[in-house]
Amino acid sequence: MNRHAQAALTVCGLLAILILSLLAFGLPIGKSLSLIFQGAFGDPYAWSRTLGKTTPLILCGLGVVIAWRAGLYNIGGEGQFVLGALMSACWAKWLVMPGWGYAGILALLVASCVGGALWAAIAAWLYIKRGVEAVISTLLLNFVAIQLLEYAVSGPLQEAKRQVPQTDGLAETLMLAKFNPQADLHYGVVVAVLVAVGVFIYLFRTKDGFRLRVVGDNPNVARANRFPTSAIQFRSLMLSGGLCGLAGGVELLGITGYLGKGFPQQLGFLAIPVALLAGLHPLWVLLSAFYFGALFAGTQNLASFTPAGTTLVYVIQGAAVLGLVGLRYWTRRPRRSEAD
Amino acid sequence: MDVLIVLMFTTPMALAALGEMIGQKAGVINIGVEGTMLTGAFFAMMAAHATGNPWVGLIAGTSAGLLVTLLGGWFSVKLGADQVVVGTAINLLALGLTSYLFRSKFGTSGQLLSLPGLPNWNRIDAVILFLLAGVPMAVWALQKTRFGLALRAAGEYPKALEASGFSVAKVRLVAVAISGILGGLAGAYLSLGVAQSFAENMTSGRGFIAIAMVTFGRWRPSMVFGACLLVGFLDALQYRFQSLGFDVPFQLAIAMPYVVALLVLALVGKGTVAPSALARPYSKE
Repeated sequence: MNRHAQAALTVCGLLAILILSLLAFGLPIGKSLSLIFQGAFGDPYAWSRTLGKTTPLILCGLGVVIAWRAGLYNIGGEGQFVLGALMSACWAKWLVMPGWGYAGILALLVASCVGGALWAAIAAWLYIKRGVEAVISTLLLNFVAIQLLEYAVSGPLQEAKRQVPQTDGLAETLMLAKFNPQADLHYGVVVAVLVAVGVFIYLFRTKDGFRLRVVGDNPNVARANRFPTSAIQFRSLMLSGGLCGLAGGVELLGITGYLGKGFPQQLGFLAIPVALLAGLHPLWVLLSAFYFGALFAGTQNLASFTPAGTTLVYVIQGAAVLGLVGLRYWTRRPRRSEAD
Repeated sequence: MDVLIVLMFTTPMALAALGEMIGQKAGVINIGVEGTMLTGAFFAMMAAHATGNPWVGLIAGTSAGLLVTLLGGWFSVKLGADQVVVGTAINLLALGLTSYLFRSKFGTSGQLLSLPGLPNWNRIDAVILFLLAGVPMAVWALQKTRFGLALRAAGEYPKALEASGFSVAKVRLVAVAISGILGGLAGAYLSLGVAQSFAENMTSGRGFIAIAMVTFGRWRPSMVFGACLLVGFLDALQYRFQSLGFDVPFQLAIAMPYVVALLVLALVGKGTVAPSALARPYSKE
């Protein structure tokens, strides 16, 4: 089956799964679909909510793509997201002055990349030097990151009055500009799209990216060609962490403006299905993140007649991934027997 | 501090971790254990709430956990799908379904429901006894029985297992089923024994912690149990300190087990302890 057919099938499958889940939840199809559509695209505010949710999903999704393409299961997007935001918040508190303007924003975004990349570097080091699977180390690091966040917001980074476990709000000059001051949407979405194009070029148009994909697809070929496998994997995991960290920074500078215990919102995990359904392709990640971003925004609009809300999105993500796995199995099987 | 409270905090995590360890010994890393626990907790609550009988709840939760784990196991063992991918999907499905069913039955108001507790003697109940007996039983079964040997072979060197006449898929599915039963029971105990209530996403990462504890405990039942006891102790200590109003940065203590696990991994590496075919799908030749 060629790529386009597979993409078309995925899109149809996603719609089918949406409708099936609505059926399974006993909701009226037509009315629910129109409400979801209204909530996601009905007016400028809806669009703004959709794209606001899409942005971190794109960035974390791209992070997942880079690591998984190199054969490393980074499921630590959550922790890297948190560490990125934490690093941003530290720089905002101690280094970057509100008067810096755009330079300050840039510095904070760079900080978030650095934070996420360094956090992922721990897992990378454990994998390369000690043979510890990235699944396990990134998972463990998520917990440490979340405790670190809770410690920071009730300790060194706590707001000046020391009453609530959260940081001070960022100065207005250090926030990403919004398209409309009343809505969620900020220029972070432009950053995310640009990064997606950048990741595409890196993976598919550069020598480094090619090597990275070979290492992930077939380590034996990589070794036979004397690729520096370890260095490539190390770099890919750091890049991956950097992107998840950037997602955290963008969320901080674009949406919340402060850090609190509820900051992570599981975006690091939700990005895994986003990347998988995009076939680990950076440009398809844009579409897949947009689909789930729209669903997150749209399902909020169902509240008037069902308590389902975002639970629907989780079900669709889970079902879609299992569907994709099944699809791959059934389409690959004949080829495998030919090879025998 | 009351030892029994620590034991109560530890039990759900330890049950899930033992199950996870048995799965991993057979080469299947079940990232979906978080979802298994959540499903177990939810259906245990539903059944106990409907019948007023905690035992029915325990059975319902365990069976639900078994079913959802077997669904994942079918994809990862039978279809040879990527175990991390399948586990992630199972977690999302479980989170979505339990949250939706809970909201549609009890609303989103956060109404507190209380469930019939398990009959106990000084806080020691049947599940805790089962856990205490289960640890030595797991040691014995893994080391001394024919099936334990086959199970370990499925995780270390599946080809050899196949060559000696076993079906790798069958052995792995049985291991997955055991991990599902223990994970479901862990969830059921969380809602019936520990909280005597249910809340959306009430496992809040305990399943993931169980996975971490398997690594921390170096894939040995007694050490995995010990690791869980440590986490349970820190958990209980944290509540204690909070209720006394101490201002201790307890997050650092809670992060300790994970940091220690990472340090152990950094020092000794994966070594020869981790099952060598862990997370590798096996297809017959």
